[in-house]
Amino acid sequence: MSPIAIGGRTRSVDREAWALRIALTLMLAIMAAAILLPLWSILSKSVEDRAGAFVGLANYAQFFGTPALAQSIANSLFVAGLTTLIVVPLAFVYAYALTRTCMPAKGLMAGIALIPILSPSMLPAIALIYLFGNQGMIRELLFGETIYGPIGIVMGQVFYCFPHAMLILTTALSLADARLYEAAAALGTPRRRVFLTVTLPSAKYGLVSAAFVVFTLVMTDFGIPVVIGGRFNVLAIDVYKQVMGQQNFQMGAVVAVVLIIPALASFVVDRVVQRRQVALLGARSVPLVPQPQPARDWAMLGFCAVVGAIILGILATAVFASLVRLWPYNLSLGWSNYVFEDFDSDGWSSYFNSLRMAAATAVFGTLFVFVGAYLVEKGKGAGWARQVFHLVAMVPLAVPGLVLGLAYVFFFNAPDNPLGGLYGTMALLTICTVAHFYTVAHLTATTALKQMDPEFESVSASLQVPFWRTFLRVTVPVCLPAIVNIAIYLFVNAMTTVSAVIFIYTAHTKLASVAIVNMNDSGAIAAAAAMAVVITATSAGVKLVETLVSRVVLRRSQRWRAR
Amino acid sequence: MTIAGVIDVHGARPNGSDGRPPYLTVAGLEKRFGSFVALSGIDLAIPEGEFVCFLGPSGCGKTTLLRAIAGLDRQSSGTIVQAGRDISDLPPSRRDFGIVFQSYALFPNLSVAQNIGYGLVNRRLGRAAIAARVEELLGMIGLVGSGDKYPAQLSGGQQQRVALARALATRPGLLLLDEPLSALDARVRLRLRGEIRELQRRLGVTTIMVTHDQEEAISVADRIVVMNHGRIEQVAAPEAIYRTPASLFVAGFVGTTNFMTGVRSAADRVRVGGFDLQVTPGDAMGTGQVCTACVRPEDFVIRNVCPDTPNAIQATIEAVEFLGAVVRARLGSPQLPDLPLVADFSLNAVTDLDLARGRAVTVALPPERVRIFAGLPE
Repeated sequence: MSPIAIGGRTRSVDREAWALRIALTLMLAIMAAAILLPLWSILSKSVEDRAGAFVGLANYAQFFGTPALAQSIANSLFVAGLTTLIVVPLAFVYAYALTRTCMPAKGLMAGIALIPILSPSMLPAIALIYLFGNQGMIRELLFGETIYGPIGIVMGQVFYCFPHAMLILTTALSLADARLYEAAAALGTPRRRVFLTVTLPSAKYGLVSAAFVVFTLVMTDFGIPVVIGGRFNVLAIDVYKQVMGQQNFQMGAVVAVVLIIPALASFVVDRVVQRRQVALLGARSVPLVPQPQPARDWAMLGFCAVVGAIILGILATAVFASLVRLWPYNLSLGWSNYVFEDFDSDGWSSYFNSLRMAAATAVFGTLFVFVGAYLVEKGKGAGWARQVFHLVAMVPLAVPGLVLGLAYVFFFNAPDNPLGGLYGTMALLTICTVAHFYTVAHLTATTALKQMDPEFESVSASLQVPFWRTFLRVTVPVCLPAIVNIAIYLFVNAMTTVSAVIFIYTAHTKLASVAIVNMNDSGAIAAAAAMAVVITATSAGVKLVETLVSRVVLRRSQRWRAR
Repeated sequence: MTIAGVIDVHGARPNGSDGRPPYLTVAGLEKRFGSFVALSGIDLAIPEGEFVCFLGPSGCGKTTLLRAIAGLDRQSSGTIVQAGRDISDLPPSRRDFGIVFQSYALFPNLSVAQNIGYGLVNRRLGRAAIAARVEELLGMIGLVGSGDKYPAQLSGGQQQRVALARALATRPGLLLLDEPLSALDARVRLRLRGEIRELQRRLGVTTIMVTHDQEEAISVADRIVVMNHGRIEQVAAPEAIYRTPASLFVAGFVGTTNFMTGVRSAADRVRVGGFDLQVTPGDAMGTGQVCTACVRPEDFVIRNVCPDTPNAIQATIEAVEFLGAVVRARLGSPQLPDLPLVADFSLNAVTDLDLARGRAVTVALPPERVRIFAGLPE
C-alpha cells in the first residue's frame, strides 16, 4: 500500500457525524421556537378565558353564537368561493394558451400574468377604489352598486390570485404525453373529445390544486378586505379587529384557529394531488409539442391580451393614482404623494425597514432553508429527526400569515418567555417572515437536492473528503439556480407581505406594507398607492436584476451543464 | 481505446487464494432493516489482489454487503477486518477503499481533472504532485487531453473510466465496484469489463464487484460469491461455480439447467416420473428422499448412443433455436412426460445427423454429469 493511503488518520472517528447531529438538533430547536411553539400558544390561548384559566371550547361556542362573527364565516366562504369560480377557468385558459398553443408573444404574456405576485395585495384594492369608488373614473359600470364590499373584494382577489392559479395550471398542462394525443388522433377522435378525455383528465389534479390554493388565499388574505371591504366583514378582518381593536386576544385566537381549517384542508389536498401528479407522467413519456392552428392561436392571443390588459390597467391605475396630486380635484401629476413624511410620521423609513427586512429574510432565510434541506435529504443517521424536520417544514403552508403573526404575539410577548427579548425587533420580523414562507422554499431546495446523485456523499467519504467540503464545492454550486430562486422568492414575499407582520411590528420596525394599511386607514389613499407602487417597483427591479444576473453570472458558473 | 502505460507502486501480484492470509475478512455479518433480514451469516475471506464478484438476483443482498464493507450502511452485527485492522465500526472516511457506482456519481460541476484529483486535494500534496498524478491516471484510462472537459461532455463509458480513475487516485487497498457496467450499452460494457480486469491485474488491487450479470462475473472474477436471500450460496472460481454448483439455486442461476425432480430409489438411482435415472453414488442422501437432478444442456450426448447406454432417452425434437456455434433443441420424451429437456448440440452434430424439428433421436446423460440436490427447485 502506498504511503498516502495508509489509515490511522488523526481526524476523530465521528467528527463529521457529530457535526451533522449538532447542526440538526440546533436547527430543529429553532424550527420549534419559530413555528411549533407559537402555534401551540395560539391553540392554548383559544381555550382560555381572559384571566388565563382553561375554559375548554367556551370561546368557540361564543364565537359561533355571535351572529356578526358567524356572518363573517359566510362572507369569507362566499367571496372565496366566487373568486375561485372566476379565477380557475380564467387561469386555465391562460395557462392552456401558454402551454398548448403556438400563440405569439408567449413570454410577454407569461411575464404580464406574474405582475400581481410582485405587488402587495392592497395594490389592486386601491386601484379599484380609483376606478369604481365613490369618485371613481368608471364607477358607472357598477350600475349603482358599491365597490366597498363583496364586489370589490372579489375583483381585487381575482387580480391577486390569478398568477398563483396560472402557475399551478401551467405546470399541470406542461406535463403532457404526446403519445396519448397521437393515439387519440390515430383513432380518429374529434378534437373536443380529445380535450375532454385526454387534456382535462391530465390537468384535473392541477385544477383541484389551483382551486384549493385560490380558495385559501382569499380566505386568509387581509390586505384586500382591509382596504376595500367596507362594512362587509370577513374572518381575516375579524382576527385583526378582535385583537387590535378590542384587545380580545382569546377571541382573536379562536378566529385564527378557525382560519387554519381551510388552509389545512387545502394543504392536505395539495399533498395528495402532488403525489398522484408525479405518477401521471412516466420517464418514457414523449413531451407534447403544440402544432400551429392559426384560428385557435389568434383567439387565444386575444383572450390573453384582454386579461393582460386588465392586469396592466390595474397596475397603471395604481401608478396614476400615486402621481395625481389630488384626485379628482387636481389632476396634475407629480411626486407629492411619494413624500411619505407628509402622510405618515415614519415617512420613507418604513420602506427602508422593509428593504432591510427583505434582504435579511433572503440572506438568512436562504441559508437556513438550504442547510436544513441538505440535512433532511443528505444527512446520515438520525432518520426520525430528519423526518420530523421535514414535517415541521411543511407546517407553515397550512398556517395563514395572520395566524402566524398572532401566534408570535402570544408566544414571544409572553412575560415568562426567555426569548421575549426578540419581541419588537427586526430579527423577529425576519424570523416570522422566513417561517411564513418556509415551506415553498424548503420544497424548492429539497427538489434540487433530490436531483443530485445520492452517491456523492459516499464517494467523498471514500476519498476521505469531509462532507462539508463536498457541500461547498459540489452541492452548493450545482444547486445555485435553486438557491437564487429561493432568495428571490423570500425577498419578494418579504417586501409584499402584510398579514403576519401587522401584528408584530413596532414603532421602530414599521414596514412599508404596514404603512400602506395605516395611510389608507387615515385617508391618505394616494400615498398608500404610492407606497404600493414603490414596493412593486422594488420587487420587479429585484426580479429584473435576477434575470440579468442569471443570464450572465449563472451561465458562466453553470457552464458544465452544456453538453 | 485501451488502458495503457500504467506506472504504479502496486506490483503485479499472483492471483488465487492459496495459503496467504486474507486481506479482507467478513465474519458473522448480519444486516436487518426492521424485521427484514437483508444479510445473515455472511462469512467471507478475500486474499490480497483477488478479483471477487458478488453475484445474485436483485434483492439478494449483494449491494448491501458491499455497502457494509464500505461502511456506507453499517451492519447490524458481525465484524469486518481489512489488512489486519478491525474496521467494523469505522465510518467510511476512516476506511481504505475506492468506490465506483453504477451512476458514475461524477461531480457535474467539476472538470474531469478536478474529479480525478478530488480525493488528492486534501492530502497535503503539492499542486504539481496532484497534477502529475492526475495526468498519470488520465493516461491510465486513455483520456489524455480530456482533463478540462466536464462529465456531461463525455460518453457513458468515458464517464465510468473517470469514476474508476477517481476511485484509484488515492491508491486505496480495496476497490469496490457497484454494478459499474449496468448503465452502459452492451458493446461498451464488454470492452470496459475487459479493461477493468486488465487494470486490476496490473495494479494488483483487491477488488470486489457487484453484478447481477452471470456472464460478466464469470468472465472477470477470480472467485464468485453467489448470493441469494441474504445468504452466501457458494464461493468458488467461475468454472467450479458452473461445473459443480453447490446448490439448486446456483445451478439454476448460473447458466442453463434442466431440473428433473424425482425420488431417490437406490444409491445410484433417481426415479423421475417413470424413468430411472442413473447417477454417481456417494452423497449422503437416503433412499425415498425427494431430490432434483440437474443437467446442463451441453452435457447431452447424441453421437454413438445405443439403447443400452446409461440414461439413454428416446425423444423427439420439438423445437430448435439457432444460437450460433450451438443449436439449442427442446426435446420431448414419452419416458419423461411433461418434462421438456433443453439440449445443446454443436453445429457439426446438427449437420452430420440432420437434426431438425420433428426428428426422433436417442440422447444420453452421462451419470457423472448429473448433479443431485435434495429438495425441489425454487
